[in-house]
Amino acid sequence: MNSPEEAGADPLVRLRGVDKVFTRGSERIHVLGGLDLEIPRGEFLALMGPSGSGKSTLLNLIGGLDRPTTGTVEVDGREISSLSDRRLAAWRARHIGLVFQLYYLIPVLSAQRNVELPLLLTRLSRAERRKRARLALEIVGLGHRTDHYPRTLSGGEQQRTGIARAIVTDPSLLLCDEPTGDLDRKSGDEVLDLLQALNREQGKTIIMVTHDMHAAERATRTLHLNKGRLELEAVT
Amino acid sequence: MKYLAFIWSNLRRSKTRTALTMLSVMAAFVLFGYLTAIRTAFGQGIEVAGLDRLIVRHRVSIIQLLNETMERDIERIEGVADATHLTWFGGVYQKPSNFFAQIPVKPEEYLRMFPELLLDDAEKQAWLKTRAGAVIGRGLAERFGWKVGDRVPIRSGIWSRKDGSDVWEFDIVGIYDVAEKGVDDTQMLFHYDFLEESRQWGSGLVGWYVVRIEDPQHAAEIAAAIDDEFANAPIQTKTEPEGAFAQGFANQIGDIGLIMAGIVSAVFFTILLVTGNTMAHAVRERTNEFAVLKAIGFTDRAVLGLVLGESVFLAVMGGGMGLALAWFVVSLGDPSGGALPGFYIPGRDLVVGLVLVLALALAAGIVPALQARRLRIADALRR
Repeated sequence: MNSPEEAGADPLVRLRGVDKVFTRGSERIHVLGGLDLEIPRGEFLALMGPSGSGKSTLLNLIGGLDRPTTGTVEVDGREISSLSDRRLAAWRARHIGLVFQLYYLIPVLSAQRNVELPLLLTRLSRAERRKRARLALEIVGLGHRTDHYPRTLSGGEQQRTGIARAIVTDPSLLLCDEPTGDLDRKSGDEVLDLLQALNREQGKTIIMVTHDMHAAERATRTLHLNKGRLELEAVT
Repeated sequence: MKYLAFIWSNLRRSKTRTALTMLSVMAAFVLFGYLTAIRTAFGQGIEVAGLDRLIVRHRVSIIQLLNETMERDIERIEGVADATHLTWFGGVYQKPSNFFAQIPVKPEEYLRMFPELLLDDAEKQAWLKTRAGAVIGRGLAERFGWKVGDRVPIRSGIWSRKDGSDVWEFDIVGIYDVAEKGVDDTQMLFHYDFLEESRQWGSGLVGWYVVRIEDPQHAAEIAAAIDDEFANAPIQTKTEPEGAFAQGFANQIGDIGLIMAGIVSAVFFTILLVTGNTMAHAVRERTNEFAVLKAIGFTDRAVLGLVLGESVFLAVMGGGMGLALAWFVVSLGDPSGGALPGFYIPGRDLVVGLVLVLALALAAGIVPALQARRLRIADALRR
């Protein structure tokens, strides 16, 4: 299901015939069924839908956190659903930035060291890792809070630290699962401003799962999922 | 190395829990080190026993005496290079707790038999010339503050003098050192002839023989030949390698090694449960964090390594401190105040301790590490 102006463009993300079935005991739960989707580079896509509609599952499949039962997931020309676990982890480290609703920062690490975590997987020197972590924190407006621990940061600041962690490796694709779901309106707006800036100024492709219509309005396109199928599309 | 700081930060997450676990591990390794030193002391002589030396004793037990004349018969046996006799004097200095070994010997034969005892030539000559002269080990000299020229009275529980007294006076004429760690430096050695001419009873009787053989490969045959020599004599013998004799001597009060192994095994099993529980708890409460690490690109193996790293760090810190503390405490001296010569932690047992540290770390960490490794990101993030 593509927007008309994207037809023919080289998409960053391409899903073909994706099914996802979870097995719980003897019960088989079809979460996504026969999904086809293309997401062009530079898009800010909002994924909406009721609870259990498969939004987060779709996000997990695109991010290589889970594998489709059938079908293929291609990102930046690479079919990721057939990669081994080890290669998939390495691929995620290079190409994907993840932002979670509950931030999931490591409480015993300072903001800077939280942001530095993905860089531990690179061959960068300690000094270079620190430099890049500080830069990422400055981009999200937290250059003055580098040594603060998560418990001393507000919810909005924690989420911005999470975004800094997501962008520190300069990935092409940011996947955000309800990034404002745990924030008040003001902090939520700040986070959305930031995501919008990353999309517009740095060309990051962003896929954001949200329940919040207000948040979805910031996206360039909104897709609605219901019972594992794409139903409705809106372009802003 | 770049993960060390991360591992350390995680261990500091619950400082009390980490500190208590480290202290438990430390206590276990202090105990291990201390018990090792005790076992070494009881087994003293086993490690440094000469491969080319046999011990000939009474067939019934070590406290039954042999004849002084048997030396000639032993030395005639093919393969025997030398033989000398020793006798247990069983004395104490001033009070029963001041117990140590006093051995009446034939000085020249003895020093030839035990080259690991190093005695200055002038002191050796002085000993040979002094009938009531005795040489003592460096450890014994330090224990009682004795020096050359001192006269020391020893009360024997076995041998009385012809005048009915059980107090024997010895002139210290030399202090010997030892060529290697583990050799007993707490003995007093004096002339057998002095005992022989002064004792009230037992003339011509000796405790046991030490025999040097020409070829250790033939130790079993020569031991059998010695025992055969006396098979039909009034006094029958039992001959065995010096190491086996020392082991048997130590086993008179029980199998120390087995007792120690039992205690250490029980302690380590408990510590394994404590450390394992700490690690399991540490992983369980961080399910989301491990999922996030995997999500941002840490491989299953890297996550397994991080958990095992924490376990190793915990065990190495606690175990290392425990072994170091045990080393320090043991270096202060044995708990009996000197009655346990050879009270130290051998280097080999320190290596065993370090291996145990690593084994403990792996055993405690492997199950939680595998759980973290198996964690499925999508499932864990939903919890």
